[in-house]
Amino acid sequence: MTAPPAPNAALRRPRIAVVDYGAGNLVSIDQALDRVGADVVVARDAEAFRDADALVVPGVGAAAPAMERLARRGLVDPVRRWIEARRPYLGICLGLQLLFDGSDEDGAETLGIIPGRTTLLGGAPTLPHIGWNQVERVRDHPIFDGIRPAADFYFVHSYAGSPTDPEVSLATTTHGGTFVSAVVRDNVVGVQFHPERSGADGLRLLENAVALLRTGAWTAGREPAGVA
Amino acid sequence: MLCRRVIPCLDVANGRVVKGTRFVDLVDEGDPPELAERYAAEGADELVFLDITAAPEGRGTLLDIVERTARRAFIPLTVGGGVRSVRDMRDVLRAGADKVSLNTAAVADPTLVSRCAARFGRQAVVVAIDARRRASGPQPAWEVVVRGGRDATDLDAVAWAERVVDLGAGELLVTSIDRDGTRSGYDTDLLRAITSRVGVPVIASGGAAGPADFVAAIRDGGADAVLAASIFHRRTHSITEVKEAMAAAGLAVRIAAEPAA
Repeated sequence: MTAPPAPNAALRRPRIAVVDYGAGNLVSIDQALDRVGADVVVARDAEAFRDADALVVPGVGAAAPAMERLARRGLVDPVRRWIEARRPYLGICLGLQLLFDGSDEDGAETLGIIPGRTTLLGGAPTLPHIGWNQVERVRDHPIFDGIRPAADFYFVHSYAGSPTDPEVSLATTTHGGTFVSAVVRDNVVGVQFHPERSGADGLRLLENAVALLRTGAWTAGREPAGVA
Repeated sequence: MLCRRVIPCLDVANGRVVKGTRFVDLVDEGDPPELAERYAAEGADELVFLDITAAPEGRGTLLDIVERTARRAFIPLTVGGGVRSVRDMRDVLRAGADKVSLNTAAVADPTLVSRCAARFGRQAVVVAIDARRRASGPQPAWEVVVRGGRDATDLDAVAWAERVVDLGAGELLVTSIDRDGTRSGYDTDLLRAITSRVGVPVIASGGAAGPADFVAAIRDGGADAVLAASIFHRRTHSITEVKEAMAAAGLAVRIAAEPAA
């Protein structure tokens, strides 16, 4: 079912499937991806994302109801298979948290793609952690190209993933304690903040994602930059 | 470090941004999507969209304008006014809101707060508290008022704030009805009374006249974010001026990147 390569791949608009499992606002991610040159398909079932170039899983809220709604729509295994097939995946907020083994918030078992659990932010002066905070990169990755170090991104959450393998950490943020605010592992990129609501820097990050899809760099099997 | 937020407020009546004094004598200030885009470009950290005639008129939120507004601003959008059920909240989130603000309906049925939080997570539930200072008593005290300041409830504002946080509110939007539109500064006593009792972020609202008021709401009132309407609509002060004053006072603020070409 893979489409033949377009004559000029550099100009093609990648097809990005945004998974809709009833976890809130899809307008902003749809609008932001469209703005940076992607064709967006809102996917409510697995059929709808079969031909996509990338899967974006957004969402806010708790893990258990999210997993329940993914299951109800028959999406849990297809999403897992998508990631195992090393196809591009961008998880945003809850879409990142679901990659871990489970969540302390409600005891939910999640997708188990990245070893570790989602835990409550430790030592936070206010919870939820709502607002703009600095994203400090711990390694280079093209998804942050052109974004100045420690740029502010918008967060709205109380829990964050704690990966057991420090190698997957791409960036950290401090609110009381320090937590992992972006991860990368193979084809999977996850961000705890909301690029679609983070102004010009957020749009730049999504534009970088689209560029990686356009050039095929996302799936080139390349090690994350900075590791080699 | 988490930045203190500056939030322009779009009070919307009949599809237009309006501003009045103490919720009456409304004056037209412009088109919501246009203003949203302008404020996002000028460095606003977030936007609040309040459909101020929805509750008094007993109707739902104007979803098409919410969506047009959400599509123009790549910063967070909180929408309030006319949300009376979990289903209403779902519709407003689907239209592009990131958070929903509950006010009159939460007072009428406090379980609405817990039901919305259970469904969408507490981070998406803002409870707006409109408070009026009580005339008498040895200690300052504030009463919750609803329906755009028209109706008294006899609820104590501080106790109500604690209760809605227990029920699942992830953020509070605290408006001093006495100060709203008067340009006499935020009611920092009210803010302090609430921020000293709750662990969720508090947005200060009502009374901003100039940059020093924003600093006071945070430093003296303990607010996480400051909201204002008319001084931004009328360009009395820019968002940049306000943020410069906050930065000069040692508060962490976001300096926005230049918008992409």
